[in-house]
Amino acid sequence: MKNGRRGFMGKAFGAVAGVGAVASLYAMKKSWDPLPSVRSAGFTTLDMSAYKENELVVEKWRGKPIFVLKKTAEMLAKQNDADKARDILVNGEHYMVCIGLCTHLGCIPGYDSKGESFLCACHGGMYDFTGMVTKAPPPRGLDIPPFKIDGNKLVLGEEGPEYKKMKETGITL
Amino acid sequence: MAHFTKATSVHDWVNQRLGIDTVRRVMATEYWIPKNINFLWAMGMVLAITFALLLVSGIFLLMYYQPNVNTAFDSVNYTIMREVDFGWLWRHIHGVAASVVFLVIYIHMFTGIYYGSYKKGRELIWISGMLLFVTFSAEAFSGYMLPWGQMSYWAGMVITNLFSLGGLHADGIVEWIRGDYVPAQAFLDRFFMLHVLLLPLAIMGVIGLHFGALRIPHVNNQDGEEIDFEKEAAKYKAGDKKHSKVIAFANDFMSKDMFVVGIFLIFFFYLVFFHYDFAMDPVNFDPADGLKTPAHIYPEWYFLWSYEILRPFSTNIGLMAFGFAQVIFFLLPFLDRSPNAIPASRRGLFAVWFWLMLIDMIVLTAMGKLPPEGIFSSIGFYAALVFIGLWIALPIITKLEKKA
Ligand code: FES
Repeated sequence: MKNGRRGFMGKAFGAVAGVGAVASLYAMKKSWDPLPSVRSAGFTTLDMSAYKENELVVEKWRGKPIFVLKKTAEMLAKQNDADKARDILVNGEHYMVCIGLCTHLGCIPGYDSKGESFLCACHGGMYDFTGMVTKAPPPRGLDIPPFKIDGNKLVLGEEGPEYKKMKETGITL
Repeated sequence: MAHFTKATSVHDWVNQRLGIDTVRRVMATEYWIPKNINFLWAMGMVLAITFALLLVSGIFLLMYYQPNVNTAFDSVNYTIMREVDFGWLWRHIHGVAASVVFLVIYIHMFTGIYYGSYKKGRELIWISGMLLFVTFSAEAFSGYMLPWGQMSYWAGMVITNLFSLGGLHADGIVEWIRGDYVPAQAFLDRFFMLHVLLLPLAIMGVIGLHFGALRIPHVNNQDGEEIDFEKEAAKYKAGDKKHSKVIAFANDFMSKDMFVVGIFLIFFFYLVFFHYDFAMDPVNFDPADGLKTPAHIYPEWYFLWSYEILRPFSTNIGLMAFGFAQVIFFLLPFLDRSPNAIPASRRGLFAVWFWLMLIDMIVLTAMGKLPPEGIFSSIGFYAALVFIGLWIALPIITKLEKKA
């Protein structure tokens, strides 16, 4: 009898403690989440008419560097179909717009405008001017940020139809 | 209520209430240490002292450090280094100790491996020691973020990216750890918390466990001799200290231990005053800039070997190799199938294994520091394969080992 009562009290405490533990873990997890102010940290609008051919400009979106490269006619001639699918067309001009973080471990690759290629100094990864990998370790081409074409402008952070299509076809993650 | 008598002295008064004589007996005068050991057995005390140095210097740094992305860099490089009287001393002690502590940890680990001090009841000493290695690594990494220089920022970026688990693209986990899309205020604040509170607490807890795990099996000795501690202790207590194979922890053993600590401290403060620069990466004297990667990112020297195991492979395989390197040392007591707890020199093939492993880790460390190009890439690649190969070979060669 005595043992039964003690056993019951043990189980009752276990239940209370269990509920409390799960609830506090949930609260702790949520407290580590990014803040709403961080999450909603704006959209970046780029005026695409301002860029010059084969000159890499680094913009900033949600604290990440964004590579913008206006392609030259020679570049376009060299592109195959897979390359073309990564192009962003604004007012008839072709652009490469990518998140400037190496898909390997997130360093910022540097652009060599003579070689028309990117080199990531961290572990020696390389990309061509379309953002495709030409030398490992990066597992995939540079990611393309969510974008929406709006006349002459490009809004980063919003998902336009062109971006959704790229995502569906697996051109970017 | 227990029975208390009128105290005859202050000592007696305290002793009746706290039992300090018993504590002293259990912890010092009747805690037995074998006689046949060498200076390598003092590394535990050297580590304890280094940890104390880190704690004390850290307290003073904490008085002026500001965990804010706009002010952190200046609070370290201007306020602490130039304004605070002797601020440089605390910073140099902290930086040098953080580096040296890993050197001593590695010596301590390889001493344990060489003498087989992870077998026959000493498994938990090894496992708790490995837990300390992991918590010290986390402590070192989180501390490295705090000056918010270029290396802090980019090491933070690269290491937290590991948690996307390569091909799994678990970017949500990475953002959750950072509290932002990139390392920023939330990131700095939480690593500050980890560095000054949670991880030091964990370290102190595990140090307690490490000491506790040592108590019953006792310290190993350099001849792999199985000592009957009770019998030898009885001899010692009977006054036959000469023929007893053990001595008391304090004051007998401690006097030698602290002598080694003294030599270590002279070397340590020589570094603090004249060669602190080896522990301060010049790149980290540029403030963090999220739009500019340093030409060459590398971790502090003590992480280089595992970084080099990550580097030569493609992302997923590299991550698996890296994960392997992080956990495999934990399993040493179980992968070593030989019952012999004797020095490696008397264990045939295991001696070869030991020296190969040591040399391979030094090669990996050296390659991790060099840029990942040409011949260095290939040497690093083969050294990483040798590392993995050695661990696969370990159960086989120790199984073949004859009973000593
Ligand atoms: S981060 Fe670019 S190659 Fe590793």
